[in-house]
Amino acid sequence: MADLEAPQSKTRDLDKLLLRAGNLVGPDFYPGAELRDDIRDYVRVLVVGAGGLGCELLKDLALSGFRNLDVIDMDRIEVTNLNRQLEDVGKPKAEVAAKRVMERVSGVEIVPHFSRIEDKELDFYNDFNIIALGLDSIEARRYINGVACGFLEYDEDDTPRRETIKPMVDGGTEGFKGHARVIVPGVTPCFECTIWLFPPQVKFPLCTLAETPRNAAHCIEYAHLIKWPEVHGGKSFDPDEPEHMKWVYDEAIKRAELFGIPGVTYSLTQGVVKNIIPAIASTNAIISAACALETLKIVSGCSKTLANYLTYNGGEGLHTKVTEFVRDQDCLVCGPGILIELDTSITLQKFIDMLEEHPKLLLSKASVKHGKDSLYMQAPPVLEEMHRPNLSKPLYDLMGRVQKDTVHVFGTALKNEEKQSSLTKLRVVFKGADGVTDMDTAIGA
Amino acid sequence: MPPMKRKKEEATMSEPKTKYDRQLRIWGELGQAALEEASICLLNCGPTGSEALKNLVLGGVGSFTVVDGSKVELGDLGNNFMVDDERSVGQSKAKSVCAFLQELNDSVKATFIEENPDTLISTNPFFFSQFTLVIATQLVEDSMVKLDRICREANVMLVFARSYGLSGFVRVSVKEHTVIDSKPDHFLDDLRLNNPWPELKSFVETIDLNVSDPVAHKHIPYVVILVKVADEWTRSHSVQDDIYGLWMRITTKKLSKQLSKFLLRVESALRFNNDTCAEPNSNSSDFWVMVAALKEFVSNEGDGEAPLEGSIPDMTSSTELNTIYQSKAEADFLVMEKRVKNILKKIGRDLSSISKPTIKSFCKNARKLKVCRYRMVEDEFSNPCVTEIQKCLADEDYSGAMGFYVLLRAVDRFTANYNKFPGQFDGGMDEDISRLKTTALSLLADLGCNGSVLPDDLINEMCRFGASELHVVAAFIGGIASQEVIKLVTKQFVPMLGTYIFNGIDHKSQLLTL
Repeated sequence: MADLEAPQSKTRDLDKLLLRAGNLVGPDFYPGAELRDDIRDYVRVLVVGAGGLGCELLKDLALSGFRNLDVIDMDRIEVTNLNRQLEDVGKPKAEVAAKRVMERVSGVEIVPHFSRIEDKELDFYNDFNIIALGLDSIEARRYINGVACGFLEYDEDDTPRRETIKPMVDGGTEGFKGHARVIVPGVTPCFECTIWLFPPQVKFPLCTLAETPRNAAHCIEYAHLIKWPEVHGGKSFDPDEPEHMKWVYDEAIKRAELFGIPGVTYSLTQGVVKNIIPAIASTNAIISAACALETLKIVSGCSKTLANYLTYNGGEGLHTKVTEFVRDQDCLVCGPGILIELDTSITLQKFIDMLEEHPKLLLSKASVKHGKDSLYMQAPPVLEEMHRPNLSKPLYDLMGRVQKDTVHVFGTALKNEEKQSSLTKLRVVFKGADGVTDMDTAIGA
Repeated sequence: MPPMKRKKEEATMSEPKTKYDRQLRIWGELGQAALEEASICLLNCGPTGSEALKNLVLGGVGSFTVVDGSKVELGDLGNNFMVDDERSVGQSKAKSVCAFLQELNDSVKATFIEENPDTLISTNPFFFSQFTLVIATQLVEDSMVKLDRICREANVMLVFARSYGLSGFVRVSVKEHTVIDSKPDHFLDDLRLNNPWPELKSFVETIDLNVSDPVAHKHIPYVVILVKVADEWTRSHSVQDDIYGLWMRITTKKLSKQLSKFLLRVESALRFNNDTCAEPNSNSSDFWVMVAALKEFVSNEGDGEAPLEGSIPDMTSSTELNTIYQSKAEADFLVMEKRVKNILKKIGRDLSSISKPTIKSFCKNARKLKVCRYRMVEDEFSNPCVTEIQKCLADEDYSGAMGFYVLLRAVDRFTANYNKFPGQFDGGMDEDISRLKTTALSLLADLGCNGSVLPDDLINEMCRFGASELHVVAAFIGGIASQEVIKLVTKQFVPMLGTYIFNGIDHKSQLLTL
């Protein structure tokens, strides 16, 4: 039934949500053409990841009134990726994804970034109104979470400052299962607050692999983790190199034959070694749609938002559930920051050394940033040399002699016996800074 | 070798398989083959239908036919990814969508028919018989009922899907869908700790729990320990004694932490799908023939148990144990095979018409079989479960979804009376709201739900939606629909039972069985 009363419009359907007042809407919802046009002209959304989820996200956002999108992904397209034409194999995922969607939705601008998320400046991320994640790793999510929460600033009374809140929408899928969640730093739990949600990765005990394998996966991991270094010494195993994969497969077969274990196939070898997550188009579609919908709602206020975690399971019947998780007040990432109390005489070098010892941080090779100023950078060599003189100066002076402020430290943290890149926010408070001498010793938290 | 060149070589290796690698790991070669043999009919190719079909095309479905008589409007460019640019305005939407999908996967056979689905349903019901499954999107209640009758008659599977503003639904309608390979996420291992068969018992007897060497003790498979202790315990306690008593007895022996974890997997009594099915006859499906054999097995050789599954979870020193379990499973399978052949003979069917692998799979999955049956939509519409409706409307988590269920039916009634959807046009909103409220309440009264209320805010929202088809909602609903199609076609995993109502306001969507 065509609408004969009004002239045709491309935003025929979206207009119903954005131009009409409603009751079940967000607190700052101002319906009207201006809202629709502002979203189109000014709102910038970053999509992190251009895999199955990321591509769907771009399409969904483009058809939800967003015109200024960016997408970042460090990978190139492989044959096994979903939704790929053969001629695109080998090209950067971000570029192909951007091109595909721009071809079909006229007016949308998608800037692709073929790069690692760690290689972008913090300012890059700050330019976006909202960040949508279509990632497949915990580490990557943690990183972006750290960045977004890093922008968050708190008032005197520990309430988050609205203009520094950088919302994120995060989606993940595996086979028939998936989740979509909304992260509003300072308000909802951030990724770090709920890190316990993720089950530990499967790791086989070394003695099983070395002495008593019982199944195909054991044989494969033996070839991958024990035999390869034995035979190839320093040469690191590259799962993307077919020759390497074939070598592991052949060794796994030999071992399996030795122990009479069935089931080693090339496909299983790839799956075990690469930790391949099975994927189906429909789950990706469902989860990214949920994420894109939330993005639209957060930005426009046109409806209530998901509070705050949606789980989906379509293997046994169909189950969706909304759980409202609660923030961890002491969260290292989205909280006001770990409190570090220092004496005004502490040098930057001493401060950096302390970070390594600090029980909650264990951060080595730290680079330090105070607002827009880099106080010290570990790399590249040129900048390291440039900042080196700062090391012997008091941190208090370098920070402009303020009594307290936020600094960000970036380095390698030891978490669960694994080294990881880490970006953390610290609340530095100087004792005795306002002229009142504090008689307590106040060195490092 | 530079990265790009290497990837191209990999690409030429085994293209069709690697293209579907990620999903093959879920439904395997058999599932993929079933998809490639399927032919799908899509009714209406707005975003809901298009997005559903897209997921299937990516999955490698064999062929599809799009039925849609509408022409592309400017508004379609704003919600449909598969419609070209301004130049296609005025042209067939089905043609545009079909062309896009063909390009997405050149292995699929794509056709379109420029026809209004409602017309086809009324004038040419036999059209649908050629398909494996029909995905019917954006149909009003009347057409749904008619199509349901047609598909039931023709034994064609049917999935309904609809997007309406921030609401929508998906509903499967099939007379009976049987699943052998249900692939549940969590399922108790078939260890038979409570009822060990002779070979397992004698193996357990050869092991002495009181061995002094700690290494040897550590290498005793936990199954052996549990069988021994369970046996000792049952001899000294009555059946009424609770599990706690057993636990206490076990923990007095020095056992490792791993064992305590596994104790949580103590078997429950066999829960058998005691379906009331008549004796098999020549019309019975393979599934029911095998179920008949299963029933015989359980009453005879099985001694109350289904055929042994055969695989046991990974545990220390299990090689010999593995063999014991596998041998029993193989023996049980042979018995089942004989019984199946007997039944086939009795009903006059070819003895080899049910293959060995099929029977093997059935035996392995005997404890996990699923039978799904769906009410016809007209039955549900005229005679829903009233207590369920009332209960849901009164529940905080269910009232949104239940409200939408009622309102989605109410808007169709509204259209029948006023020739437009409530809120479809900008003018007359207040009047539409009040009319929709009256319509919804009278619908509830007709169903027998007197006294139930629908939140006014929800009624307002429904009018606000104005029958819009938002891309994100369509993509979500289309995704769900395609998921169900995959399960139905591959006969793996378990399709949803009931109507899934999407609630895009707070995402408290629910599966309602009415």
